[in-house]
Amino acid sequence: MGMTITEKILAAHAGADRVEPGQLVNVKVDLALGNDITAPVAIREFEKIGVETVWDRDRVVLVPDHFVPNKDIKSAEQALQLKQFARKHNLTYYYEVGRMGIEHCLLPEQGLVGPGDLVIGADSHTCTYGGLGAFSTGVGSTDLAAAMALGETWLKVPESIKFVYRGELPRWVGGKDLILYTIGQIGVDGALYMAMEFTGPVIERLSMDGRLTMANMAVEAGAKNGIVPPDEVTRRYVEGRAKRPYQFYQSDPDAHYARVYDFDVSKLEPQVAFPHLPENARPVSEAGEVTIDQVVIGSCTNGRLEDLRQAASVLRGHKVNDNVRLIVIPGTQQVYMDALREGLVEVFIEAGAAVSTPTCGPCLGGYMGILAKGERCLATTNRNFVGRMGHPESEVYLAGPAVAAASAVLGRIAGPWEVVK
Amino acid sequence: MIYRGKAWKFGADVDTDAIIPARYLNTSDPAELAKHCMEDADPEFPAKVQPGDIIVAGKNFGCGSSREHAPIAIKAAGVSCVIAKSFARIFYRNAFNIGLPIFESPEAAEGIREGDEVAVDAGRGVIQNLTRGEEYRATPVPEFMQQIIAAGGLINYVARRVKSGK
Repeated sequence: MGMTITEKILAAHAGADRVEPGQLVNVKVDLALGNDITAPVAIREFEKIGVETVWDRDRVVLVPDHFVPNKDIKSAEQALQLKQFARKHNLTYYYEVGRMGIEHCLLPEQGLVGPGDLVIGADSHTCTYGGLGAFSTGVGSTDLAAAMALGETWLKVPESIKFVYRGELPRWVGGKDLILYTIGQIGVDGALYMAMEFTGPVIERLSMDGRLTMANMAVEAGAKNGIVPPDEVTRRYVEGRAKRPYQFYQSDPDAHYARVYDFDVSKLEPQVAFPHLPENARPVSEAGEVTIDQVVIGSCTNGRLEDLRQAASVLRGHKVNDNVRLIVIPGTQQVYMDALREGLVEVFIEAGAAVSTPTCGPCLGGYMGILAKGERCLATTNRNFVGRMGHPESEVYLAGPAVAAASAVLGRIAGPWEVVK
Repeated sequence: MIYRGKAWKFGADVDTDAIIPARYLNTSDPAELAKHCMEDADPEFPAKVQPGDIIVAGKNFGCGSSREHAPIAIKAAGVSCVIAKSFARIFYRNAFNIGLPIFESPEAAEGIREGDEVAVDAGRGVIQNLTRGEEYRATPVPEFMQQIIAAGGLINYVARRVKSGK
């Protein structure tokens, strides 16, 4: 019996020839990540372990991104703990405001993660790096603390589900729509504890930004990791970028899958997930008349350059609706600079949008776009739980950048073809 | 170890934003977090929960964010253990790592009603509904995770490893 790409990466990091689903393995980690919410707890726990310093100062990465630039005194104190820890242990990769980005946009961009890596991060969307053909998964702060000390963690080898996407992606349909559609099909615990492997001709033609978006939301189906087989698109992305050697793993033709889904997406429409679960996905044409108060374009899910380009292509020459606040948040300083040089930022500001420095901010109801009671937001983010972006009686709808931009113009949930004629 | 208390029922897919909303994550102080435990699922919960009480929920409890603040808030609120039909994976790990006892039991999640008096025998994996005279089984915990519990959490486990030089 062959192995899946997930099993091969886990086996390689466990020092074993093969691993089986269900097996508990102790694995070496290539990188361990924390942010300004999770790292303070990890630092507190790390200091109880009794080691002098971290296992490798090049492989413990701290990115303050959730509440920075600091939103209040307590947040400032949390961010300061990261800075002090980074200085004390001489960490190579600590990213200060002005040089930082949303962690899961930043790490691939900076070449800190690569194909074949095993990465853990104290943030549930750490699964994003599966887009590069890496095994990466979210853990809690205590798991991060242990990995910071030992360079190892324990994992249960997950069963894999294979998703095959066939056909030709229609215009305006991208990675976000594919993953929302998929979660809509299998549910928010449809892949609980499992690996989601995204394959097929549509994925082979999908950009790296689109792949990262898909892997990013694997956790919204309960998955341990999402993963895309690395190929030429991957090679072009990592070449000249990767800071460490990388390795391409591929699933064997006779690998075992718990389930296989085969989707023809030639007629797929842009998707919108209704409150209050990401599984409530439906085609935008079936959204009905839903007026909105705010649109957010950004986050670790859709804060990359391709996302901003798509949003700008809809917004160009249009104005944000009088009843709507549009907030655009580039995922990293580099994305911001690229968007500026391409003229995208100008398009956003001329349309009447607010453009922010990189931050997770509103996605988790932190700051920079909190909703009042009864307000509705359409966001390119990843979660639409009760109270996610503010008041418990506010609502969040999830979609890709094209629908977000069109909705901002029309003041209601809308398809991009309603704006771009 | 026996956990005994009154059951508070919650539905399916209770997410970590409901357990502890991000607006309170500018601190990790357990006592502060406990004041807002389950607030967006039931605003009255922090005021009415009593030491020893038990949360009983449907499938996929603790889905969403990796915030360890979620099990920390539940533990600090005095909840003795959580019983659910199933748990989201990061929450599952976090609960063991910080020493919040959790039990996966579809039959208990079905059978227990709000306000029932429940006793959990952690060692035997047996959940008793004292109000209804029913008994349910919990899914056995993997041996490695039992070692973590026996050591008093992951950090103690790792600290011992470091001390012994292994």
